[in-house]
Amino acid sequence: MTSAVAFQVNGAQVRADRSARRLSDVLREDLGLTATKVGCDAGDCGACTVLLEGRPVSACMTAVGQLAGRKVETLEGLHASGELGSLQRAFLARGAAQCGICTPGMLVAAAALLRDTAAPTEPEVKDALGGVLCRCTGYRTIISAVMDAHTAEVIEPPPPVGKAVGRRVPRVDGERKLSGTEIFGADGPPDGALVIRVVRSPHHRARFELGDLAAYVAGSPGVVAALSATDVPGVNRFGVIPATADQPVFAEHEVRFRGEAVAMVVGEQPAMEAWDASAFPVTWHELPAVLVPDDALAPEAPRIHDDREGNVLVRGNVRRGDLDDAFSSAEVEVEGVFETGSIEHAYIEPEAGWARRLGDRIEVAVTTQSPHMDRAEVEAILGLPEGAVRIYPTAVGGGFGSKLDLSVQPYLALAAWKLGRPVRLTYTRPESMMSTTKRHPSRLTLRIGATGDGRLTAMDFEGEFNTGAYASWGPTVANRVPVHAGGPYVYDAYRARTVAVHTNAPPSGAFRGFGVPQSTIATECMLDELADAVGLDRLEFRYRNALTAGVPTVTGQVFASGVGYRECLEALRPHWQRARVEAAEANAAGVATIGRGVGLAGMWYGCGNTALPNPSTIRVGLRRDGWIVLFQGAVDMGQGANTVMTQICADALGVDMARIVTLGADTDTTPDAGKSSASRQTFISGNATFLATTELRTRLLELADASADAHIELVDGRLIVHDRGLESVVTLDELDADGDDLVVAATATYDPPTTTLSADGQGEPYAQFGFGAHMTELEVDLELGTVQIRRITAAHDVGRAVNPTLIEGQIEGGVAQGIGMALMEEYIPGRNENLHDYLIPTIGDVPEVVSILVESGDPVGPYGAKGIGEHSLIPTAPSILNAIRDAVGAGVRRLPATPDRVLAAIAEGSGR
Amino acid sequence: MLREGAMSVDYLAPADMAAALEMRGAGGTVLAGGTDLFPQHVGRPMTQPVIDIGGVQELRDIVDTPDAYRFGALARWADVADTDLPSCFDGLRAAAREVGSVQVQNSGTIGGNLCNASPAADGIPPLLSLDASVELTSTVGTRVLRLDEFLTGYRATALRPDELLTAVLVPRGPDGARSSFRKLGLRGYLVISVVMVAAVVAASSDGRITDVRLAVGACSPVAQRLPSLEAELVDRRIDDFDAAVIARHLGALTPIDDVRATAAYRFEAASVLVHRALQACGSER
Repeated sequence: MTSAVAFQVNGAQVRADRSARRLSDVLREDLGLTATKVGCDAGDCGACTVLLEGRPVSACMTAVGQLAGRKVETLEGLHASGELGSLQRAFLARGAAQCGICTPGMLVAAAALLRDTAAPTEPEVKDALGGVLCRCTGYRTIISAVMDAHTAEVIEPPPPVGKAVGRRVPRVDGERKLSGTEIFGADGPPDGALVIRVVRSPHHRARFELGDLAAYVAGSPGVVAALSATDVPGVNRFGVIPATADQPVFAEHEVRFRGEAVAMVVGEQPAMEAWDASAFPVTWHELPAVLVPDDALAPEAPRIHDDREGNVLVRGNVRRGDLDDAFSSAEVEVEGVFETGSIEHAYIEPEAGWARRLGDRIEVAVTTQSPHMDRAEVEAILGLPEGAVRIYPTAVGGGFGSKLDLSVQPYLALAAWKLGRPVRLTYTRPESMMSTTKRHPSRLTLRIGATGDGRLTAMDFEGEFNTGAYASWGPTVANRVPVHAGGPYVYDAYRARTVAVHTNAPPSGAFRGFGVPQSTIATECMLDELADAVGLDRLEFRYRNALTAGVPTVTGQVFASGVGYRECLEALRPHWQRARVEAAEANAAGVATIGRGVGLAGMWYGCGNTALPNPSTIRVGLRRDGWIVLFQGAVDMGQGANTVMTQICADALGVDMARIVTLGADTDTTPDAGKSSASRQTFISGNATFLATTELRTRLLELADASADAHIELVDGRLIVHDRGLESVVTLDELDADGDDLVVAATATYDPPTTTLSADGQGEPYAQFGFGAHMTELEVDLELGTVQIRRITAAHDVGRAVNPTLIEGQIEGGVAQGIGMALMEEYIPGRNENLHDYLIPTIGDVPEVVSILVESGDPVGPYGAKGIGEHSLIPTAPSILNAIRDAVGAGVRRLPATPDRVLAAIAEGSGR
Repeated sequence: MLREGAMSVDYLAPADMAAALEMRGAGGTVLAGGTDLFPQHVGRPMTQPVIDIGGVQELRDIVDTPDAYRFGALARWADVADTDLPSCFDGLRAAAREVGSVQVQNSGTIGGNLCNASPAADGIPPLLSLDASVELTSTVGTRVLRLDEFLTGYRATALRPDELLTAVLVPRGPDGARSSFRKLGLRGYLVISVVMVAAVVAASSDGRITDVRLAVGACSPVAQRLPSLEAELVDRRIDDFDAAVIARHLGALTPIDDVRATAAYRFEAASVLVHRALQACGSER
């Protein structure tokens, strides 16, 4: 017995059942208005913000039954009316939309503000947008775009031919993100797709038995199927690293972590919207669980995987020089133990996708960072031959490492395969948080020695990483950290050992930096103490010990150039000196309950896989209609790969960027450009783009019999080559075209020159390193232990800035995640599986960020470019911790540095 | 547009009070602003009949009556923040601007905040400091309970299954009383309180406290007034007392260790925030 409710959406009269359904579901499911995003269904993220009678509300908490006669506006309407034109242009020009998943909520919330206040102040913008979370941008570009929306935004004119690299080119996919037309994982399923829900363990460890699934399906109207481990036709096991693949699609008898899947239910959409997990027939027998390595390493601990003795997944190490000798030559030593917690990626887009079966093939559209790896894994799970699965990445609403691993893919593919009907699956926020990978919690023990005049002699590091129930990227973390733990410094002797320990926590995997952000916290905090102990300025101490070109790293690798760490420190030096003086003055003159501090931390990070092959392949061609088509398989999850590759392609070919059609990843059409991780795409896929495009250029010039420095002009249907005053015209219609309508095409692969590492971790694990240093200025409330960051200045050696706006976006976003890591983020299974108990920085938590781009060049990067994606996060947290120590005279060694921990450190430091 | 075959629970949308009370008598979950009910049903359906009182217009108004200010249960936090009220309401209005986000303030209601009875409800300490009462109505009649009687424990209230909370009543306070609200959370916006303090202070012309009411939230299952400290502070000058005295009067607090802070920290922070809330009432005169 339902009646209808009539209301207005974007000026049009609509009707819906009068019910307590969420407005967000009605907009997206019934009206097809998918610009309104759903990130949490709990009012915690603001992605679903719409205007109700002109006021911003969360559509996920608005009952459609309350809307009779009322007026709703969504981004679609605001975009169509043109009201947001100047704001959208400002977003585009400043890079205020990265992945774009929060952008609709930001724009709608800003629209309400701008109707009242055309030229808002920064506090007004923050108050208005405080309810919309962004995980990519760090918010600063968003603030400035809203503040300046009343001005006529100047978008940089298209770069001249041959000059795209180095320019602040607006992102090529920006307009879709700003108009709400971008299709993310949950946005575009085929009509009538069945909905999947996954049944998950409520226990950290348990045995279980499934009941009568056939009877359950028969007794549940609208439910079509319930599938479990016995329905997996191929291998019921997956994992990003084949040698350690250990995670079942569905657990078979025992679950190893809370949130592990045991079955899935597939049904018609309306029925599944009301699906009640508690009615599913499963019986749990809870077992004792181990959640931390101390417990997992205990002799009596349950074995989590039969074949992994002592619950140790893997160990890693790097050794160089005689450690005992080097410590005995040290006159000053520091040592310490640091602990970091589990960190959730908290992208605003939960895992989502859809799939359909086409004959003997399966197509999966999904939010992913690694389409070709997904394809191979899903084929193995379904027992299908190579090429039978097509992975079609949707726009990715933030990834940060976790969308490298499978999440929804196997469920989608299996259901579509078994049922022959299109299916869809979007994780709820708690499900996303429970079941997907985390940053490894760590305990870091280290000892560093130096001579009395401040030369580093020795470092001994041990890192214990909680790798959770399954392997995921645990081996990668265990192998990458020992190379990086010393930081960009020179030691006489060095030893770094790591161990990844299985527990019943969720799998720890890849998260922006693969363990290096954790180890850098320990090292950079200890270096401050060591600088103080030898009586050197903290920046100068780092400068003197910095790695330089021509000097071997801890793995014995020697770079002839492209080592810009000292340049980063030199760039920070005037800021450092100013900030130190300002802090001293403020502390002398200011309020006794406030302590001002300044902190510094450095970093280095190798781009690409550690001592493993890491190829990217890119294809580019000239289409018969006279357009260049770039088959760019490097997933753009907001970082800007689509734009960077297009810039490189334009300059390598010598054409206008606007003449290039850039096609994103699709395993059926784009060659394998590898995964978007390890800060590798600009470097590796950028090189592949350069090589493929150079080859294309050569072939085009051959067509016209032109010399190498000829100029290429493309007009509709014709290639015109200008060479030494002569003009050759090639009519493209007269050439043979391939299946993609390309008349000339080229494909190239780039694999960075690295070597395997010896048993002592010696060799050349990376072909390039990026370097950087951050400086944090902050205030601590000495009575409450709260921290107010005033400014962060970030200097990065990026080799060559292909697109400064995109790089600054990476820096500001990395800084924001570093702030979260330092001050507020820690995931605790079963306790904060939502975005109101698990806190990430809001618009009120990210201060002014001053980015300094150092361009030292790089011998192997395209146009000298290096990666930046992970680099930007790594030094933020230690610079904050060092600033806290500078402000209060005592350090925090257990992260996050929440007010209670800061206050405890103050009490300890003052001997209370 | 209308969906076929949706399996949804009963949805009742009374148009007026009489109908609302009638439906409530038959049992069900009350939906007001939705900012607590929807987050409690992420990925799982509502299983009780829903009584959506959002359309009951007489519950929306904030009115100044001879005895008290009467906040209709459906007054939204944005309405509270935007209404012109005497200075003793400054703390409540400050809290209204810190409930969740702007989006939450535009939907969430004062009545819902009290019925949800979270230990960290931002609205509760200011209303306790204002000596607020709640009006509870059923088909058989109306009763008024003091807010501290209404809140019986962790997410528990004295609301009977057949009753609706229909209004929040705030008696006229001492003339010229000042008030303040201090919330400590772990980030800038959209944050659950670790500790919060509301203060209402009246002072004589020479700056001596004549009437003071203090309430602390998120440090016990139900936010607490601090009567012994209030008594201790009367006749003192607001800018002239030993802040250490505060810590001796926090015995009513029973904070816990949780994901946000330790219990020990909450005691310390409560003490600091009580002092700062008092100072704010002084400095704002």
